[in-house]
Amino acid sequence: MFELQNIEKRYTGVHVLKGVDFRIDDGEIIGLVGENGAGKSTLMKIIYGAVQQDGGTILVDGQAVTFRTPRDAMKMGVGMVYQEQSLIPNLTVMENIFLGFERPFVRFGAIRWKKMAKAARVQLAKVGLDIDPATITSRLTFAQRQLVELAKVLALEERVEGKLVILLDEPTSVLSRDEIELLFSVVRALRRRASFIFVSHRLDEILALSDRIYVLKDGAVVDVMIAKDASIATIQKEMVGRDISTEYYREDRQFPYDEEKVLLELDHVGIVGRGNDVSLKLHAGEVLALVGVEGSGREPILRTIFGMLRPEKGTLRIRGKPVNRFSPSHSVAHGIGYIPRERKIEGIASGMNVFENMTLSQMKNYTKGGVLNIAAERKLAREWIGKLSIKVPSEYADCGNLSGGNQQKVVLAKWRSGGSDIILLDHPTRGLDIGAKEDVYAMIRDMSADGVGIILIADTLEEAIGLSHTIAVIKDGDIKQWFNCQPGAKPSLYDLIQHMV
Amino acid sequence: MNRFLAMETLRKWVPLLVLAGLCLFFTAMNPHFLTPRNFARIAISSSPVLMVAIGVTFVILMGSIDLSMEGTVAVCAVLFALTLNALGGSIAGWGWVAIPVALFVGAVMGAVNGLVHVRLRIPSFMASLSLGFVGIGLSLLITGGDRILIDDPLFRSLLTVRVGGFPLMMYAALACLLVAWFIQDHTTTGRNFYAVGGGEDLARASGLNVGRLRIIGFVLAGMFYALGAIFAVARLGIAETETGRNFMFMSITSVVVGGTALRGGEGGVWNTLIGVLIVNVIGNGMVVIGLADYFQDGVLGLLVITAVWLSTDRRSLSFVK
Repeated sequence: MFELQNIEKRYTGVHVLKGVDFRIDDGEIIGLVGENGAGKSTLMKIIYGAVQQDGGTILVDGQAVTFRTPRDAMKMGVGMVYQEQSLIPNLTVMENIFLGFERPFVRFGAIRWKKMAKAARVQLAKVGLDIDPATITSRLTFAQRQLVELAKVLALEERVEGKLVILLDEPTSVLSRDEIELLFSVVRALRRRASFIFVSHRLDEILALSDRIYVLKDGAVVDVMIAKDASIATIQKEMVGRDISTEYYREDRQFPYDEEKVLLELDHVGIVGRGNDVSLKLHAGEVLALVGVEGSGREPILRTIFGMLRPEKGTLRIRGKPVNRFSPSHSVAHGIGYIPRERKIEGIASGMNVFENMTLSQMKNYTKGGVLNIAAERKLAREWIGKLSIKVPSEYADCGNLSGGNQQKVVLAKWRSGGSDIILLDHPTRGLDIGAKEDVYAMIRDMSADGVGIILIADTLEEAIGLSHTIAVIKDGDIKQWFNCQPGAKPSLYDLIQHMV
Repeated sequence: MNRFLAMETLRKWVPLLVLAGLCLFFTAMNPHFLTPRNFARIAISSSPVLMVAIGVTFVILMGSIDLSMEGTVAVCAVLFALTLNALGGSIAGWGWVAIPVALFVGAVMGAVNGLVHVRLRIPSFMASLSLGFVGIGLSLLITGGDRILIDDPLFRSLLTVRVGGFPLMMYAALACLLVAWFIQDHTTTGRNFYAVGGGEDLARASGLNVGRLRIIGFVLAGMFYALGAIFAVARLGIAETETGRNFMFMSITSVVVGGTALRGGEGGVWNTLIGVLIVNVIGNGMVVIGLADYFQDGVLGLLVITAVWLSTDRRSLSFVK
């Protein structure tokens, strides 16, 4: 049994955890939910020893323990399966499993590979993975790597007395439906060996897997629910502290688009390396959602439209004019804005402040003879900070330090202020909490009303259905089915899924 | 995926193919290239560089860089020669102590390098470059700019005695290569170099003491520089500040050309062996076919760029800094 009593944590004056009590019994699966900023990640870090609490105690089987490093926690049987995969890609699977714990396999200074491989096979068998332990990790699929991570944590079993506590931090975010099912069945099968703390933004998964659910809000546990008595709506209500209205996706503000005005047209375009043939039209004011499983080829379509990939065949027309030069700078000049999934990598230049980020793609509008007009830049930034209610102390704030939702708003402001009227959104709400999501949905409606055409890859199917005018279901790179999504006549999840797989 | 794997496998063998291609090319240009005497010459010029290149391989595997080899080699060479001469001038007598002394000096210089890099948090590039200059200065201070002659016939037998047409030096160098390979592939330390190079933060999260590993890496590198210094002295019979000259360019070129990735985590000492041979075959071959030696540096420079360009799939990198 693993228990936290009255855990307190402050970061430079901010009270992050306010007397959290948390208990997990042997073999139990606990769901941990909360909005971004509710204190989930701090709580997890305290559990696996990356951060130390300011007050309160951690008890393992009734004994008070102190974790100074993750290694201390591992020695007590607490292991973490990281959200960003923590396997080192150039090492073999077995080396990853026993990284930092190679000693039992060393004789006279030399590692005995055969012995290590044998031990690794034992761990891999626990998660039902039949691969050669000498495989280089980078050659595995994401799902296989996730299982190897789990095997790595399970290897603690032989090193510690008592049961394991394993933290799963958003383990499903990169997995497909089948792979998620596989992971869940493995986790269920492992209950006799370990208890699990499962953190996810996807409440349906939390409900499906957990026994009990801890809801965190503003650094405190607001409710502990029995999963079989809970529903998504009740959890959401506890997380946000109010009812999530049926107007979540702002469907009341979905207006018909302008059928006369085609902003973007793909005419039998072949995407690089796909050998496919994609045709679509995007109208002014339309939200066009591309849905499909991971790897079905949605992102390459966006990247092609944005000029990052050159189509193998076919024509791409922007406002009726065929495009013959493919580069992001050319696309930007023609009014295309791209909001990538990896905000930190492609969307935001961290280290640069808000106004610098906003004018990054339209610098030439703010220069005279190569000299920047900073006053005008700041004015623009203040204007958009107000328009999108971006929460920043000033336009001088470093964008790298903003929350995900606010970063997303800065990126949107960048494109909108530059006059882009074709906006490509790749998972715009990924990793955002519910409040920030609602802001993003409202912004999408605002843009539609202004006649902007939007191509959306949504984070969930519900989101795609709720937000879009039109849905294209993509499978193996090709558009398999079109759906019309007028309010009141939206397709169901089932309608979409049967064309996706 | 399969095409990707095939490319990867091919890329792994490119250095060896290049080496074979070069040998064929120079043989076609001048058949004298393909003689045992000439190969012995290549072996002699390769041995010291191989040691230094192996040393820096360990550091590069961790994703760091060490540019201190010229200073370290100079100091080790000079102190080795001084110790040898002071202790009777022959490794048959007490002079053998000079060998562990040189290794110890190399290890200490590596440790200083590693400590400055890890404890003071100075990028390895800057720390090692600066300490390299310190080493050169130190060796000048010790010698006052003089040359130290070694005329111990037993020590010089590394060069003069030949077995199967090749000098003893080459066999000694190969033995050291085997030791390096053992460290790299069969010890926890060696494997952990790959872990650090593959993902330092991940390695740290697994409980590895990355700082200590880095220092160990630099110490190992320093000891191999010392071996390089000993071979260099054996080859010329002279120890001076100039002994360290040109090792930086030659060793880093060799490592890179051999296919060890500068970002760390990929490659190893066998790659370095191939790289050293490529570099020395080019140097030797150009002399054999009668090109002026200033061509060498130019060709080697272009070779490095080609090797780095070939070594990774550039399309998968979105940014290059």
